[in-house]
Amino acid sequence: MSGRLSFYRFSSPAAFYPLAGAIGKVSALIAVVLLAIGLYMSFFVAPTDYKQGEGYRIIFIHVPSAWMSMFIYLVMAFWAGIGLVFNTRLSSMMAQALAPTGAIMTFIALWTGAFWGKPMWGAWWVWDARLTSELILFFLYIGFIALQGSIDDTRRADRAGAVLLLVGVVNIPIIYFSVKWWNTLHQGATVSVTEGSSMSTIMLQAMLIMTFAFWAYSVAVAMYRVRSIILEREKDTRWVSELPEVRR
Amino acid sequence: MKARHKRLGFLLVGLVVLGAASWLVFNALGNNLSYFFSPTEVAENKVPADHVFRLGGLVQPGSVERGEQLTVHFDVTDNAHTVRVAYTGILPDLFKEGQGVIAQGRMGSDGVFVADEVLAKHDENYMSPEVADALEKGHQKGIENMAKENKPL
Amino acid sequence: MKGGVSEFFAMGGYALYVWGSFGATALLMIAEPLLVRQRRKAALQRISRLVRIKSEQQS
Repeated sequence: MSGRLSFYRFSSPAAFYPLAGAIGKVSALIAVVLLAIGLYMSFFVAPTDYKQGEGYRIIFIHVPSAWMSMFIYLVMAFWAGIGLVFNTRLSSMMAQALAPTGAIMTFIALWTGAFWGKPMWGAWWVWDARLTSELILFFLYIGFIALQGSIDDTRRADRAGAVLLLVGVVNIPIIYFSVKWWNTLHQGATVSVTEGSSMSTIMLQAMLIMTFAFWAYSVAVAMYRVRSIILEREKDTRWVSELPEVRR
Repeated sequence: MKARHKRLGFLLVGLVVLGAASWLVFNALGNNLSYFFSPTEVAENKVPADHVFRLGGLVQPGSVERGEQLTVHFDVTDNAHTVRVAYTGILPDLFKEGQGVIAQGRMGSDGVFVADEVLAKHDENYMSPEVADALEKGHQKGIENMAKENKPL
Repeated sequence: MKGGVSEFFAMGGYALYVWGSFGATALLMIAEPLLVRQRRKAALQRISRLVRIKSEQQS
């Protein structure tokens, strides 16, 4: 009973606002520490690759950003679905707060992929299934942001955005399994749940630390952004006008 | 409470329909989404005739011939069939015998695939040169050991 | 690690690609928090003004 109560307590924007600030602060701290460790490992601890030399070090940002681009989308779709079914305001705000970060992660994955593909494959870009589906993911993020921005009524904007997000979920397994289902220029998964990993342990550790760093970064940025969204949407309420940062 | 259940129902039905539709589409598309054809598909005449397509496989070790005027000849194999490729231009860094490669071009009448673009396809393995060396040596040693063990027989 | 600073930045000939990737990523991951801070400042300013107008109307 009390668990249920506390869940509902934090589903109110007024109660979540300070909590988001606390989570954001802790996540930002974790992100900075992990980024420092991860970058040090990426450049000074992880050995040179036997085939790609130093050029493979792009993997330490390419793979984490690509994972986050898919993961953030799933989290957004989850919150959008909750918002659609239960009409909770906060979950729609969470989806909205995550979108720019997801778009940036997708962009980083595409950009670093191009800068990796050029020297190794011989092409900045190819239209194979993996690259194309990741590009579609980028357009889904942009489409969601544009759609939400173009509808003035926030409730309707949330609904339209949620439907777009849920339809776009189909794309996520396509991205993930594209290298398995079709012949692609992109190589298969280095780290997979079923087959373990095919890279040396120290490289894998560096990549995982960078992944957690990106994850903490995303949480921090989304939490700080959701605070702004809460303020924007609740600007006429009494609790907002009584906030210390507003009254001073 | 009721409206909420109704919305949840709509959502689930919608997702199921969407999933089924996309499954059907991708089933129908099948191999059309593949980026390249294998030498076996070339041998079985599954590739478009008189049309540009991509050929993918491994560069047959010992088959690379650098001729005059920058033209390179090599065999692309999938360990079942082999296609001879001719290419004029700069090869990517990772192009090597025994490595994956994707060539774009068309079949010549003489059975040689004339490529106008060659991309290297690498695998998902990453390790240090020392480890790669050790693996290679271990592999060699294993073969030698097997040969030794077989000798007395 | 044995070479020195210039060898480190050369990245075995992949300098453009490695630094092009890490540089763009760093730029984005610095710009995004700044934009978020900007948004918060703008929101707070707007609300402060709103509160002021309201209190003036009441008095």
